[in-house]
Amino acid sequence: MDFNDTPEEAEFRAEAHAFLSQHLKAKTPGALRSGGREDFLARAKAWQKIKAEGGFAQITWPKEMGGRGGTVMQQVIWGQEEAKFDAPTGPFAIGLGMCVPTVIAFGSDEHKKKYVRKALMGEDVWCQLFSEPAAGSDVAGLKTKAVKDGDEWVINGQKVWTSGAHYSDFGILLVRTDPNVPKHKGLTMFIVDMKQQGVDVRPIHQASGGSEFNEVYFTDVRIPDADRLGEPGMGWKVALVTLMNERLAVGGSPGPDWKEIMDYARSSGTMSDQAFREKLADWYVAAQGYKLTKFRTQTALSRGETPGPENAIGKIINANHLQDICNSAIEMQDHFGLIVDKDEAPADAIFQESFLWAPGLRIAGGTDEILKNIIAERVLGLPQDVRVDKDKTFAEMN
Amino acid sequence: MNFDFSDDQKFLRDEARKFLAAQCTSAHVREVLDDDSKSHNEGVWKQIVEMGWLGAAIPEAYGGLGLGMLELCVIAEELGRVLAPVPFGSSAYFFAEALKLAGSEEQKLALLPKVADGSLVGCIAVSEGPGEIKAGNIATRLKDGSITGKKIPVTDGDIATHAIVLVKDGSGASLVIVDLNQSGVSRKPIKTLEPTRSHATISFDGADAELLGEAGNGMALLDQINDRAAVLIAFEQLGGASRCLEMANAYAKERVAFGRAIGGNQAIKHKLADMYVKNEVARSNAYYGAWALSSDAAELPEAAAAARVAASEAFWFASKENIQTHGGMGFTWEVDCHLFFRRAKLLSVQVGSPAVWKEKLVSALEAKND
Repeated sequence: MDFNDTPEEAEFRAEAHAFLSQHLKAKTPGALRSGGREDFLARAKAWQKIKAEGGFAQITWPKEMGGRGGTVMQQVIWGQEEAKFDAPTGPFAIGLGMCVPTVIAFGSDEHKKKYVRKALMGEDVWCQLFSEPAAGSDVAGLKTKAVKDGDEWVINGQKVWTSGAHYSDFGILLVRTDPNVPKHKGLTMFIVDMKQQGVDVRPIHQASGGSEFNEVYFTDVRIPDADRLGEPGMGWKVALVTLMNERLAVGGSPGPDWKEIMDYARSSGTMSDQAFREKLADWYVAAQGYKLTKFRTQTALSRGETPGPENAIGKIINANHLQDICNSAIEMQDHFGLIVDKDEAPADAIFQESFLWAPGLRIAGGTDEILKNIIAERVLGLPQDVRVDKDKTFAEMN
Repeated sequence: MNFDFSDDQKFLRDEARKFLAAQCTSAHVREVLDDDSKSHNEGVWKQIVEMGWLGAAIPEAYGGLGLGMLELCVIAEELGRVLAPVPFGSSAYFFAEALKLAGSEEQKLALLPKVADGSLVGCIAVSEGPGEIKAGNIATRLKDGSITGKKIPVTDGDIATHAIVLVKDGSGASLVIVDLNQSGVSRKPIKTLEPTRSHATISFDGADAELLGEAGNGMALLDQINDRAAVLIAFEQLGGASRCLEMANAYAKERVAFGRAIGGNQAIKHKLADMYVKNEVARSNAYYGAWALSSDAAELPEAAAAARVAASEAFWFASKENIQTHGGMGFTWEVDCHLFFRRAKLLSVQVGSPAVWKEKLVSALEAKND
């Protein structure tokens, strides 16, 4: 039992680190927030190009697709090293992590030629258009419809919670092409050009105050049949491939942790409070539990094993942990905890900011409840929930 | 990254699991539960002694197998799974580890081989009254090589042949080794929440005792012993918590109510998912404790504390919600749920309550971040 890299892993880590040091500055707090959105996107595109040219973009993709042909473990190591630097990576996570792999899996040779390299080089940004106002956890219940018209499909409907739609060039779009079969069987996946007429992207004003996500309206948008991914009615199977890739594209720590609240408590003289000390111990144990469980997953990856649905526990722990820490930090600050003005609020308002963000984290990418269902059904083997719409057509249920 | 047990250690685990599944069943545990005159299951104990497990982490020079702490962790988890009704932990986690840590060469040569071959059963006697154990509230005194006072409750105190006893020694506290088969020692079994593990009140009246480690260093030494025992007990807790989840899961699939298995209800599914999450958090923290223990890492105090806090929470939650999942059946004497519930409580207070360990953990974090 040890925490060391194998000699091959150590060699790759050193190579990755050297490449990163050559191109980027080590991380400083808040660095990614400096500059406007335009500036950030431009920097992200520039960095993506450098990575791709250096052979560090999409470590696990085959070489003929422009990847490195490396292992999942190498991808994990790259992620760990890149996180130590001021690397603007956000805009490409979904496209390269989920959308383009779907194009590679189901697209034609022309699609691959047209899209893959440009995405890899940071020229095109992609978004994923699945969720709808009436289809979140139950995304197969979506309503946006596509009707065949000659060699084209005509799309009408609305998507929601689409990250990066406002700066995306392309998207993968899941729509209903047949309402007269059960919901999972009437879906079809398309590639959509986000800059074409009839695509209307509107930012969502989130409960946190910010606008990182969008609604996307489709009004008589025409997509050539050639841009279909998979057969008509096979969209759900295609979507599962996309979502399987989501599990591998997991993020890091989302905000302040036990160390930050301990630092705050020490600087403010509240460290002696016994109730606080007990909670701090619980937070440390949870944070360690999350970190060390990832180490166990990495161990499995390092041995060439494939991690399964048990990975769902990470986000359950993390999101609830963050919410609890932020809530406690604000209550420790008492009346002053209300202040979100960074110049006045303690610790640059990191607790207040994450307090407002944490409810979203418990929902995005699988709610706590759905993740618990996944653990119960796929890890523990408990019976599936009753699905009253299972044998009914979509039209009957809507 | 190699944050897992080795193939050899997993082989040991598989063998131990097979052996215990056959030789230490619920019926064996219940022989002790249902018979007040039994302090432990002699048959099970004899076989465990013969397997040599007591000496797993005792060096060969002192009569052990010389395997290591990771192997002892593996065995502990398996013993925890079957609620082994034997004094294994008292002898192997506390007594032997204390000797390895602080014993003189002479003491180690004299006593460790006997722990390994089962001819000596050790225990640790620290508690005298309610609340956290502190130097200031020890009344048992050491004077001129003999001790006087009363310890209650002492886990396995009525089976043990030897005890490590926390005593007041001049102005400080010390640990001493006492042979319990002597005229200055009297013992009386005491009833506890956990009847499958025996407990006793031990009274010392001028009993011969020899120092373990330096005089006056008793509390510091006890902390170190507890750090080691806490990791090992965390593995027992993990074993117990894992079994609770398995039992609840099996029952949820088989019990039908309102026309279907109760495990199809989200209230049950989410409860079991919560158990799973807590158990995994406990497992990861316990592994880290095992790593710190086996590599003599400076991180042992916080690793042990985190392992203990996580494992105590996991076993408590799993054992109570296992009863809940079983409904009325879970509240009967005949169904094993209550045995895990009882054992969970024993293990969560045996080496100091979770609150005490949370405080230890935070103190360690403060010291580290100064």
